[in-house]
Amino acid sequence: MGGPAQSEPADAGMVIVGAGQGGLQVAESLRAEGYDGPITLIGEEASAPYHRPPLSKAILAGMMEEAQLAIRGAEVFERQRIALLTGTRVVAIDRPARQVRLEDGRRLGYRGLALATGARVRRLPITGDGLDGVLGLRSLDDARRIRAALDRAARVVVIGGGYIGLEVAAAARKRGLEVTILEAADRLLARSATPFLAGFYADLHRGQGVTVALGAKVVGLDGQGGRVTAVRTADGRTHPADLVVVGVGIVPDTALAEGCGLACDGGVLVDDCARTDDPAIVAVGDCTARRTSSGALLRLESVQNAVEQGKSAAAALLGRERPFTAAPWFWSDQYDVKLQIVGLSADHDRMALRGSPEERRFSAFYFREGALVAIDSVNRPADHMAGRKLLDRKAALTPEQAADEGFPLASLTR
Amino acid sequence: MAKVTFIEHDGLEQVVDIPTGWTLMQGAVQSGVAGIEGECGGSCACATCHCYVDEAHVDALPPPSETEEEMLDCTASERRSNSRLSCQIRVSDALDGIVIRLPEAQS
Repeated sequence: MGGPAQSEPADAGMVIVGAGQGGLQVAESLRAEGYDGPITLIGEEASAPYHRPPLSKAILAGMMEEAQLAIRGAEVFERQRIALLTGTRVVAIDRPARQVRLEDGRRLGYRGLALATGARVRRLPITGDGLDGVLGLRSLDDARRIRAALDRAARVVVIGGGYIGLEVAAAARKRGLEVTILEAADRLLARSATPFLAGFYADLHRGQGVTVALGAKVVGLDGQGGRVTAVRTADGRTHPADLVVVGVGIVPDTALAEGCGLACDGGVLVDDCARTDDPAIVAVGDCTARRTSSGALLRLESVQNAVEQGKSAAAALLGRERPFTAAPWFWSDQYDVKLQIVGLSADHDRMALRGSPEERRFSAFYFREGALVAIDSVNRPADHMAGRKLLDRKAALTPEQAADEGFPLASLTR
Repeated sequence: MAKVTFIEHDGLEQVVDIPTGWTLMQGAVQSGVAGIEGECGGSCACATCHCYVDEAHVDALPPPSETEEEMLDCTASERRSNSRLSCQIRVSDALDGIVIRLPEAQS
């Protein structure tokens, strides 16, 4: 046993709460940055860290086994000396004592703490939300339940036309089930995409035989014998269902952070280096929100955000600056359509189109005051990859160049 | 099941047993082969699992899809004639003994 040298105080170690993609990234980046002390990665779920994006895609479609989801094998944790505690809940953070308290009463000291607590599915504030057959999708357990339900279901109603809802709808439709999407807003993807892209996805799903109801406000769920049988909407219609998937967004899990007085505003507030307002605590991934240089509050739910904040957080815990300022990117697979998004299109004032929406192969370029701010690429991965560089380098692409198939995007990134 | 040898850019070799039906990327990442990132988890969305397939096996593989082709044009390290995305190569017995070389950088 090689204990710490007599002259130095023992290293209380790095503790990471949340064993998802972001938490794992913090642990591995700490090692990659040369940190040699104890690392403890604590997760509530029974599983070791796994890839979440396939849950709403290949896993539901039955095209992937669960074992393939694991990000790392057990021997990798051993080799990297990362102590992984699964099925373990942290109930409180004692900042003055620099300790986390576990559900079973144990206390674990830390030198640095990372919060990667993720998010919970938003529940519907209506009667019937607790019926059997009403499910949300966030974790592997959720995906197992939905997959089992899909095996028996004939009629599926998806509440919420966001990415998770649309991906679940696509997976259910591919199985030949009757699928209805109920979206309360007047378009799909209302919180995250432009009306143009939303229209493309409404057409895509309708073309596959999915019923897409917009402006459909859900007012209640009917059940029989404790099982859901239908969804009622404000227009007085009843939509029969033996499976209801609720995809109305997620709520950042900030309970621990709030409980110990860290600043939170719709997420644990962090800077570009993933630091909270306590120098010993960082936070990463879906549980966080950050202020941009313009002062706006930015919350990203994506793998890239978890990974990049994870790298920043590890550096910050070691006293180094590694800001994460790259353009956000994201993807979604539905049917045979691959969507890749880079940048934030919310404030755009002009759009330029390259390619053909009819042929399901196009990129929509969004500009604000003449500057490129985002690109949505459908089955055009090269545009997306070039776009990441264009945005990160603030390259001067014009709408005319963007719309011109003959103009090589990559020429501006070399 | 296939025995796959991954050779990192610095020459470090790692032999990994990968079950049939899994992708090369999944086998490599779960075994902690450092030269493959696979950030998107295998959706052909990030091009961080680029690899060079040893010439003896390259023709035995199904050709890249249109999507993979486009992503291969955007890899961080040089694209060569034997470049593939390891998330798009499914393991079968036919790949037993395959040697995969990894590029200098993935991102």
